[in-house]
Amino acid sequence: MPGQTIVEKILSRASGRPVLAGDITIAKVDLAYVQDGTGPLTFRMMEKMNLVKAANPSRSVVFIDHSSPPPRRELATDHVYLREFAAKTGMVLSDVGQGVCHQVAFEKFVRPGDVVIGADSHSVMGGAMGAFATGMGSTDVAVALALGKTWLRVPETMKFDVGGKFPKGVYSKDLILRIIGDIKTDGATYKAMEWGGPAWSSMPMTERMVLSNMAIEAGGKCGPQPSDRETKRYLKEHGRETDWKEIEPDSDAAYESVAHYDVGELEPMVARPPQEDNVVPVTDPSVKGLKIHQVYLGSCTNARYEDIQVFCDYMKGEKVAKGTRLIVVPASKESYEKSLKNGLFEILLDAGATINPPGCGACPGVHQGIPGDGENVLSTTNRNYVGRMGNPAAFTYLASPATAAATAIYGIITDPREVK
Amino acid sequence: MGRAWKFGDNISTDLIAAGRYYHLRSNLPELAKHVLEDARPEFASQVKQGDFVVGGRNFGKGSSREHAPVIIKLAGTRAVLAKSFARIFYRNCINIGLPAIVVDTDKIDEGDDLDIDLEKGVVHDRTKGIELTFPPLPAVMARILEEGGLVDYVKNHGDLVIAGT
Repeated sequence: MPGQTIVEKILSRASGRPVLAGDITIAKVDLAYVQDGTGPLTFRMMEKMNLVKAANPSRSVVFIDHSSPPPRRELATDHVYLREFAAKTGMVLSDVGQGVCHQVAFEKFVRPGDVVIGADSHSVMGGAMGAFATGMGSTDVAVALALGKTWLRVPETMKFDVGGKFPKGVYSKDLILRIIGDIKTDGATYKAMEWGGPAWSSMPMTERMVLSNMAIEAGGKCGPQPSDRETKRYLKEHGRETDWKEIEPDSDAAYESVAHYDVGELEPMVARPPQEDNVVPVTDPSVKGLKIHQVYLGSCTNARYEDIQVFCDYMKGEKVAKGTRLIVVPASKESYEKSLKNGLFEILLDAGATINPPGCGACPGVHQGIPGDGENVLSTTNRNYVGRMGNPAAFTYLASPATAAATAIYGIITDPREVK
Repeated sequence: MGRAWKFGDNISTDLIAAGRYYHLRSNLPELAKHVLEDARPEFASQVKQGDFVVGGRNFGKGSSREHAPVIIKLAGTRAVLAKSFARIFYRNCINIGLPAIVVDTDKIDEGDDLDIDLEKGVVHDRTKGIELTFPPLPAVMARILEEGGLVDYVKNHGDLVIAGT
């Protein structure tokens, strides 16, 4: 047997036979989940298949996060259906106020080596745990929930080998934006984006999560990362140390490509509308100084406690610029409570922020911060498509929490390295 | 026969099924009235049964929302043709029984009369008098599509079984 990549190893175990890139396989699913935008269709498909059951109820989760709490009668009624279906099948319910599916799944359910199938494209974030995690549509997830398995083509792997030391003001968000700018939004279509190298190794888990989260923005099927001592530390912090196991690729694994990045040369990056690969450094004249009407610190990409802490390091003692709104939505109840306990809300409220409950908030354009016609948003989220935040006549710029903070203070896109 | 509706590269699922219509996701006929609204506002009201959606590169990029191909199909579309597809959208199309065909769409113009032969792997452009061939779907996807989609496939077989796995 030749050497294997991370994804080949995980899918071999889940298939009960050795598999390599290109193989078609049926894999056992270790965790499957839906959210409130995709769950109702998933459950209607389960009813159509006469499979109103969960193969593994305690590892099947229903998240209410995208319109949470619901802004409309139709959505509130979808939630009624989801709660009833969860009760009927024994699935775990993560209701209003718990947070974004991928974040809560990462804190509580995803384990190294798991096959994770989520009815949401950012399910790829589970890769940071050393899992094979991917997003699928409602019908595929209906099958995964009911039968506990899914069919897959084992993806080829693009390796990203990251070295150097992050300069002040530069984060993993800047690295992934830079890479998406280089390979474009379809540069990793059907592929696994595997991470490694000394700079990766020294990243805390919350920074690593950003890299896997945005694999889908390059078209990637998954963003697997090794499971190492930092993975173990994160699991221990979350009372799940026994879930840890080591995951790493073989040294002679076959990669479709290997790209090297030196983060020491990176600058803060901004993705301009209308898509994530339209990336320039924050110093570029097309973005530097651009008037921003709304700064949004939210989403599964960059709204964990650690992101809010970075934001507050810049914001402490400052005020949000006149003519700019700041909306903050912690990614999960854990991040919300930790931010509250450690005084971060006080800093944000003093600065003039509006803090909304944990969930997807303004990111998918349902509620809680839809921009007005002609307005510019600087957002720590993952997508800036036309209409993404609920208004096709508004413009979304993507950046790190540090760049978001510097921008909130001045009301124009600002290089965080110039603030302090 | 059907008319070609041309779209550019990188048509996202937000352009196909916009977030501002999130509340219509459990009312698909109503959601279908807004299909591709932010890409071509006239499409939903003018598309006819048997027409073709013709995209460029990376069609259907973005979210996993299966509602996107579902409302393209509900609007009457016979098939989606594109130079390349985003992974989840492509899989969703096959799962719901909507042919997603990888073909050189640069040769097709807006308004061309098209026909498709899935078995032979040919798109006929009657307006131009040309034939565009496309590679067959991967075997497993061809079988799912032939049986009408994944729901029917699982019902027919009583399980998720794929020959050779």
